[in-house]
Amino acid sequence: MGMTMTQKILAAHAGLESVKAGQLIEAKLDIVHGNDVTTPVAVKEFNKIGVKEVFDKNKVTIVPDHFTPNKDIKSAEHCKIIREFANEKGVKNYFEVGQMGIEHCLLPEAGLVVPGDVVIGADSHTCTYGALGAFSTGVGSTDMAVGMARGVAWFKVPSALKFVLKNKPAKWISGKDIILHIIGMIGVDGALYKSMEFVGDGLEYLSMDDRFTIANMAIEAGGKNGIFPVDEKTLEYVKEHSNKEYTVFEADSDAEYDAVYEIDLSSLRPTVSFPHLPENTKTIDEVGDIEIDQVVIGSCTNGRMDDLRIASQILKGKKVNPKLRVIILPGTQNIYLQCIDEGIAKTFVEAGCVFSTPTCGPCLGGHMGILAKGERALSTTNRNFIGRMGHPESEVYLCSPAVAAASAITGKITSPESV
Amino acid sequence: MKANGTVFKYGDNIDTDVIIPARYLNSSDPKELAKHCMEDAIHSTVNFVENVKDGDIMVAEKNFGCGSSREHAPIAIKASGISCVIAKTFARIFYRNAINIGLPILECEEAADDIDMGDKVEVDFNTGVITNLTKNKTYQAEPFPQFMQDMMAAGGLIEQTKVKLGLK
Repeated sequence: MGMTMTQKILAAHAGLESVKAGQLIEAKLDIVHGNDVTTPVAVKEFNKIGVKEVFDKNKVTIVPDHFTPNKDIKSAEHCKIIREFANEKGVKNYFEVGQMGIEHCLLPEAGLVVPGDVVIGADSHTCTYGALGAFSTGVGSTDMAVGMARGVAWFKVPSALKFVLKNKPAKWISGKDIILHIIGMIGVDGALYKSMEFVGDGLEYLSMDDRFTIANMAIEAGGKNGIFPVDEKTLEYVKEHSNKEYTVFEADSDAEYDAVYEIDLSSLRPTVSFPHLPENTKTIDEVGDIEIDQVVIGSCTNGRMDDLRIASQILKGKKVNPKLRVIILPGTQNIYLQCIDEGIAKTFVEAGCVFSTPTCGPCLGGHMGILAKGERALSTTNRNFIGRMGHPESEVYLCSPAVAAASAITGKITSPESV
Repeated sequence: MKANGTVFKYGDNIDTDVIIPARYLNSSDPKELAKHCMEDAIHSTVNFVENVKDGDIMVAEKNFGCGSSREHAPIAIKASGISCVIAKTFARIFYRNAINIGLPILECEEAADDIDMGDKVEVDFNTGVITNLTKNKTYQAEPFPQFMQDMMAAGGLIEQTKVKLGLK
């Protein structure tokens, strides 16, 4: 019996010729990652173990991005803990405010993750790096602590679902619409404990930014990881960003999948997730009149150049609806600079948007755009759970950057086709 | 080892934002987190923090603990005094985190369907037998793989790691 792409990467990192679904293994880690919310707890657990040093100073990454620039005293104390830990242990890839970005935009851009890697991150959206053909999954702080100490983690080898993406996406269809469509189809636990492998001729039309968005939300279907085969676009990206050695793994032709889904990208419509679960999807044609109070464009899901370019294209020369707040968060400092160079930052500010420094801030109801009771946000982020962006009686709708930008002009959820 | 307590019952897809909202993640103190545990379970008929007692049991339906990887969620539940969480299924990061920190969890579809808010329940961790003392019924939970039983017996992942590294 053949192995899936994920199984092959895990087998290689466990020093085994082959593995099968359900097997418990210990695998070597190429990157152990955490942020300002999860790392303080990991530092506490790390110190309990009693080792003096991290397993490899180059393979631990720490990015303070959730409540930074520090939103309050308690957050500042947390950031101080991780800054001191990084200094004391000589962690090479600690990114201070001013260099940091949203972790899952930053790590690939900084060339820290390459094809064939095994990555754990104390952040659920660590699955993003599957876009690069790496095995990458979210864990908690204790796993991060042990990962930093030993450079290994325990895994139950996952079975897989295969998603065959076919044909050229229809106009306005982005990675976000594709993954929201998939989550709507299989549900928020449709891929529980499993890998989601994305293949098919449609991949040639998907940019790396589209793929990051799709892999990023595998967790929203319960997936252990999302993963893409390595093709020319991946290699071009890796060449541009990294000089780390990489390994290309491919699924065996006789690999076994729990299910295979075929998706015709040419037939998809812009898709919106209604409160309070990402699986509550409707096409833009079905949404009806939904008035909104705030639009957020950015996050580890949609804070990359493709996302901001399409939003800017729609907002150029237009004004934000006066009853709205529109908050735009570029993923990294480089993306921020690129937005300045391309005139995108100017377009946003002239349209009446907030153009912020990179931060996770509003996505998780942290800071920089909290919702009041009864308010409604349309957001390119990844979760619309109860209270996710603020008051427990506020609402979050999820969509692509194109739908968000179009809606910023009209003040209600709107198709980019009609502005 | 046994747990015995009153049940707090929840539905499908209880996410970690509901278990411990991000507005409290500027703290990592278990006692502080416990004060806000289940605060956004706004559809629940019983206020968790005001009513939970040491040893009580949490029961939910499918995909418990979905969403964010925040270990603060199982930490908050454990620090509230909850002795065991029973669900039809757990989201995978929550499952890992609970085992790693030594919060007992059990998967049992029948128990999750049958047990109601306020029932008195006893759990035998050695056999996986769940007894509903209110309804006078028993249910059999899935046993844990040996690997995880060993980790729980060692007192969690950190303690097990100390042994592996010869630091204990």
